[in-house]
Amino acid sequence: MTLAEYKYADTIHRCFRCGYCKFPVNWMDVNNCPAYARFRMETYSCGGRLWLTKAWLSNEIDWSEHLAQILYSCTACKNCEEKCPLRFNVDIFNMIQAARAEMVERGLVPAAVKEFLENVQRHGNPYGNAREGRGEWSQETGIEQYQGQDYLYYVGCVGSYDTRAQQTARTLGKVLLRSGVSFGVLGSEENCDGNEVNALGEETLFEMLAEENVRKFKDLGVTNIVTLSPHSYNAFKNDYAKYDGSFPVLHYTQLLRDLITDGKLDVSGGMNARVTYHDPCFLGRWNGEYDAPRQVLSAIPGIELVEMEKNRESTLCCGGGGGNFYTDFLGGSENSPARIRVREAATTGASVLAVACPNCMTMLEDAVKAEGLEDKLVVKDVSEIVGEVCGIG
Amino acid sequence: MSSVYESLVEIVGGEHVSTQAEELYIYSFDLGTTEPHRPDYAVAPRTTEEIQEILRLANREKVPVAPLGGGLSLAGLALPLKGGISLDLKRMDTILEVNEKSRYVVVECGVSQGQLTSYLERHHPTLMHSEPGAPPMATIAGNMAIHGQGDLAHPYGFNSDMVNGLEVVLPTGEVCRFGSCSVSTQWYTNHPLPDVGLFLGWAGTTGIITRVSMKLFPHKSIVGAGQFVVKDENLIPEIIHKITHTEMVHDLVAYSQAIPPFSSGLHHLTINLSADSEKELAFKMELIFDDTLGHYIRSGDGGYLGFNRGLQRPQVSKTSDWRKGGGFEYVGSIMPVETYPDCYRRGREISEKHGIPYTVLGRVIGMSHAMMFSWTYAFNRADPETMDQAREALHETDDLVLELDGAIWKPGTYGQKLVMERMDPNTLNLMKKVKQLLDPNGIMNPGNWEVS
Repeated sequence: MTLAEYKYADTIHRCFRCGYCKFPVNWMDVNNCPAYARFRMETYSCGGRLWLTKAWLSNEIDWSEHLAQILYSCTACKNCEEKCPLRFNVDIFNMIQAARAEMVERGLVPAAVKEFLENVQRHGNPYGNAREGRGEWSQETGIEQYQGQDYLYYVGCVGSYDTRAQQTARTLGKVLLRSGVSFGVLGSEENCDGNEVNALGEETLFEMLAEENVRKFKDLGVTNIVTLSPHSYNAFKNDYAKYDGSFPVLHYTQLLRDLITDGKLDVSGGMNARVTYHDPCFLGRWNGEYDAPRQVLSAIPGIELVEMEKNRESTLCCGGGGGNFYTDFLGGSENSPARIRVREAATTGASVLAVACPNCMTMLEDAVKAEGLEDKLVVKDVSEIVGEVCGIG
Repeated sequence: MSSVYESLVEIVGGEHVSTQAEELYIYSFDLGTTEPHRPDYAVAPRTTEEIQEILRLANREKVPVAPLGGGLSLAGLALPLKGGISLDLKRMDTILEVNEKSRYVVVECGVSQGQLTSYLERHHPTLMHSEPGAPPMATIAGNMAIHGQGDLAHPYGFNSDMVNGLEVVLPTGEVCRFGSCSVSTQWYTNHPLPDVGLFLGWAGTTGIITRVSMKLFPHKSIVGAGQFVVKDENLIPEIIHKITHTEMVHDLVAYSQAIPPFSSGLHHLTINLSADSEKELAFKMELIFDDTLGHYIRSGDGGYLGFNRGLQRPQVSKTSDWRKGGGFEYVGSIMPVETYPDCYRRGREISEKHGIPYTVLGRVIGMSHAMMFSWTYAFNRADPETMDQAREALHETDDLVLELDGAIWKPGTYGQKLVMERMDPNTLNLMKKVKQLLDPNGIMNPGNWEVS
């Protein structure tokens, strides 16, 4: 593909590289682009990626492994889109995604991305784990297979396979059972939602996953979906309609909020804790849902909810989006965004860092260990906090 | 692998040095019209000590060093014109001290304007600094190095007039401190010691500023901007003179632009006021808009467009998208206020000649002692013809500044040449001697302010 054939050929040169994209709303630092925070070289800024993309497609520079890593270091957090003052800002991530698609097309992706995509293609998950094991997390929980219940509880790859995130998936399932919600899971029949595959630029594989999931959901008569992961939520809500899959979908924090409001979930037991909440990018900036998780936490007596300085639209991404929870292009440094983020959380004096995303959970929990903050800060999913309040382990 | 590269890795660590094509490409560009110049190394140090070692190495190996702050001068001043090391200073971003009582801040050289604005708002809300109209990535030290001005230029002058002290790494690697910090632990004044102001306005050719102490000023609880408009550009100098006589305004900017078309040819004055009470604000508004400007309103020469509370942060980057092309550059100048009408008329002619919508702006510096007058030319980065048009317009404007007896502010190499051609020969010779003394191997930002 030449620059002229690139979908954003008329737009990509419009980035001025003024740098607003590095800031949170209040300008307190220039670390709100996760990749720039990690490397602090202009190449890793949003503007750097756009200029390099144009240079590559114009044959001003050759492809290299380094170029590919720079493009894949973007976590799709959309901080840049939120902060860029120019009118094309809505297409910033699309421009990166389209460049990645070209790399996929030419077989020029980094090894870790290739592995991610191959694993999803072969096993339906990025870890390369067996499909049959996808439902093991729910054993002995009483959670049923989906058979036309009110909700399909879609867990996603991380919740299904990551040991720590499996605990979250189980706890949420038990909370939903306790609340009397009619739901079921797909277990080993669940397949990857494709959100990260799409972000990594593998359009064909995403299309296959979406079409297959839509077919399956329809065959099973799925009417409503509740997701553990904001990433799944985003794919179902925003991308599946193209594949004739317009299913009403909730992120679980929205359902828990409604259950509490309707008196179906009793959180009056309370919890004495100072809690700070980290907004997941695919719930917050991608879908504008900042309130539901806070409403759940605020409904619990005894919880003192304190905000980090960078919250809502200004949240610093954990660094795990866009497949980086697996490819790990931003890891290995005290400047890794997850480590910066847990340091920010610790400064609030909170003892609990609440998350609402299994990717954030794994990224931030690892970061707490790397920072040696285990004695001060515990990462808990909002569902786990609710579970504790309800006496569910 | 070169020995320079290996030495740089040893100094700052492998992640902060690159000779890869991607970094060399990105660091070869300025955001304006200057042609790209490729560095041999992109390096991002974290400490003054690392910079010392880098400069010692550069001296030993005769490698040029181009210091880079926010990279927003738009005049190519931070480009590695002769290759060598592009030294990205933005990792040095710690705000070291705010002294509320003595009203100053000490920052490392990579601290951005936005970062300081935010820090003061959150932790010292009664203090402010003079924030330039640049995007928030512009750095405090970079702005000092080019004699920048900000939104307190009217009462307090150039930002470089607000320096209380500097820490500088000389081209040969020594660290020097200037101001009270050279004799005490305090950074509260730049005087009364012997003046060795060799680093402000030199665009990084005499050393690298690593720390700055800068004056802060009272930040009043109510801020807002009044808008006044006139048709006749000849009225602007006298209006500015009258407003500054009141000593009540904290920023005063006159501007005119072709976009939107309905206001083309009109001259707007943005008059920023601040107050700590409604009573104070009412007094100032009456003094400015009734007593000082009322005459123009009654005669039909001027119009009051209203006063908006709160100040919108400048989003100058939007100018870059006027031609849907990610670029603009401007000529800045320091001019006598009375030249506003000529600056406007002649600048508009240049813009129209090159088919570029005109944008001119004059910000008052001091009590009408001067103004920073700028002519902005947007271009489309994807269209080389528009870049050529802008480049030609910029050069013609550089010529114009000198023709109007002004001084080009932060000139690029073209403007520097014009200035040096006109400069008093003894002054020029002194500059040459200073440069040779401080930078015997000519490693610091070569290509800039080179006296032949």
